[in-house]
Amino acid sequence: MDAISLATMPEKPVIDIDHVANLARIELTEDEKRVYLAQLGKVLDYFARLDELDVSNVEPSAHAAPVYNVWREDVPAPTMNPADVVMNAPIKRNGQVVMPRVVSE
Amino acid sequence: MSLTTFDTATSAVEKMRAIIARCDELEPRIGAFIHRNAEDALAQAAASDERRAAGKSLGPLDGVIVGVKDLISVKGHPLSCASRILENYVSPYDAHVAEKLKAAGAILWGRLNMDEFAMGSSCETSYFQKTHNPWDLERTPGGSSGGSAAAVAAGMCEIALGSDTGGSIRQPAAYCGIVGLKPTYGLVSRYGLAAFASSLDQIGPMGRTVADCAALLQAMAGHDERDSTSLKLTVPDYMSALAEPEKPVRIGLPKEYYTDGVDPEIRAAVDAAVEFYKSRGCEIKEVSLPHTDYAIPVYYIIAPAEASSNLSRYDGVRYTRRSPDAKTTYEVYCKSRGEGFGSEVKRRILLGSYALSSGYYDAYYLRAQKVRTLIRNDFLKAFEDVDVLLTPTTPHHPFRIGEKVDDPLSMYLEDIFTISVNLAGLPGLSMPCGFSSGGLPIGMQLIGKPLDETTLLKTAKTFEQAHNFKDAHPSL
Repeated sequence: MDAISLATMPEKPVIDIDHVANLARIELTEDEKRVYLAQLGKVLDYFARLDELDVSNVEPSAHAAPVYNVWREDVPAPTMNPADVVMNAPIKRNGQVVMPRVVSE
Repeated sequence: MSLTTFDTATSAVEKMRAIIARCDELEPRIGAFIHRNAEDALAQAAASDERRAAGKSLGPLDGVIVGVKDLISVKGHPLSCASRILENYVSPYDAHVAEKLKAAGAILWGRLNMDEFAMGSSCETSYFQKTHNPWDLERTPGGSSGGSAAAVAAGMCEIALGSDTGGSIRQPAAYCGIVGLKPTYGLVSRYGLAAFASSLDQIGPMGRTVADCAALLQAMAGHDERDSTSLKLTVPDYMSALAEPEKPVRIGLPKEYYTDGVDPEIRAAVDAAVEFYKSRGCEIKEVSLPHTDYAIPVYYIIAPAEASSNLSRYDGVRYTRRSPDAKTTYEVYCKSRGEGFGSEVKRRILLGSYALSSGYYDAYYLRAQKVRTLIRNDFLKAFEDVDVLLTPTTPHHPFRIGEKVDDPLSMYLEDIFTISVNLAGLPGLSMPCGFSSGGLPIGMQLIGKPLDETTLLKTAKTFEQAHNFKDAHPSL
């Protein structure tokens, strides 16, 4: 696959797998890091073909059709009851989600 | 006279019992359902029978048994997205489509297997089980809505709900010999659909016939203020349109989809469909979608980028599974996600996080969004001259279970004919158009103008009623 690099694309995609895993908040095993690094490298090489196109005068599309912010009146209305909101939390107490202490003593 | 194949003459309870018995017999070999609750389904069926006996039918879907893909919320039913991280989750509310179908009297039956978080083309990334193609048990039913397709093909529900982000309704429909429709983006509310890639996801019907799918779409389509991308419009009367006489349309054949990369038997079946439409007075034109080759890189940047954001909510805090080894808040996030997500989901979250990360955003994500504009413009230009596009749904026949699991890129490349439709937000329909010499179903895809589901459905119906593919069933 011929990767044509333009100014916007780094020479060769450099993946710092630890950095990316931290951004994604996913703990990876050493085996996973090795496998993902190789697979993602191959996928990113394939993506380089997008650099063949001149898109300097093209508007980006975040959606297929134009989408605008939708506003509504701030009117009180029934919502889920609090017990249903937390019903799926793995650890809960008194209708609240329990997490490890975040402030040290 | 009803256009659909739904059996509304039989008592719903009797019908439900027969379906439950069929599932008990076939599920050990097919594996389409992650979860079934016979008691709950029979209660829904009994309520339908009561209504109808009292002359209070809720309409043509009252008592129709609808299978539900395991990422659509039904209050009180489990929802796992086929992921370990949601293994004990129970929906506290109904999705918009669940509300609509309940209001129409439909029986919401079971939780259908899928690729984990809809990321995959074979159901093999499900944490729970593999699903087998009813036409050849050694092959995949496709994905991600493979459970839905297999259940419909094997007669384990009357119709099913799927969702389609890059082909997840159409490809399994093609692999299992049924009809699958991905509506125009914004036609069906996504409220209560577990999000994968929000600018691409759309819920749609998967059924035995075009009219079956139209009937379900009729019940689900329309504005919902809880989905800000839901379109405000008057939903056309699809069923009446289907009952009207056919009229010839202008059909475009995108030359980039008719390449040597397509299996010769699939090519021959689609060519025969083209000849059929020609014989019905349709004008056939070659058109060009010049940016087709870029659709896969664009999709596999945009979809993982959106997924990496959407799936950040599965953090071990609010939903069901937290790592027992996590001692700090940071570990709750990282360990729960490391243990809870399967390999394809992690791969895509990593890819998306990378594409959105500082220093790479412009090179990948922004560039992909610009090429997305070019892809959509290709379609809009083609639709200046034609009413629908006709293509193969997939380049190849259903692959064998295990064949592609270790090569993600080759799996991604199988989506070539379906993903552009999501990037452009268009309606797309896959329907059976033949069989391979080995007895595997072949699907063709019709692509319509935005919000022109009517022409799409009518064009599909024209082909369907002149052929008998819908009457073919796998021998199980």
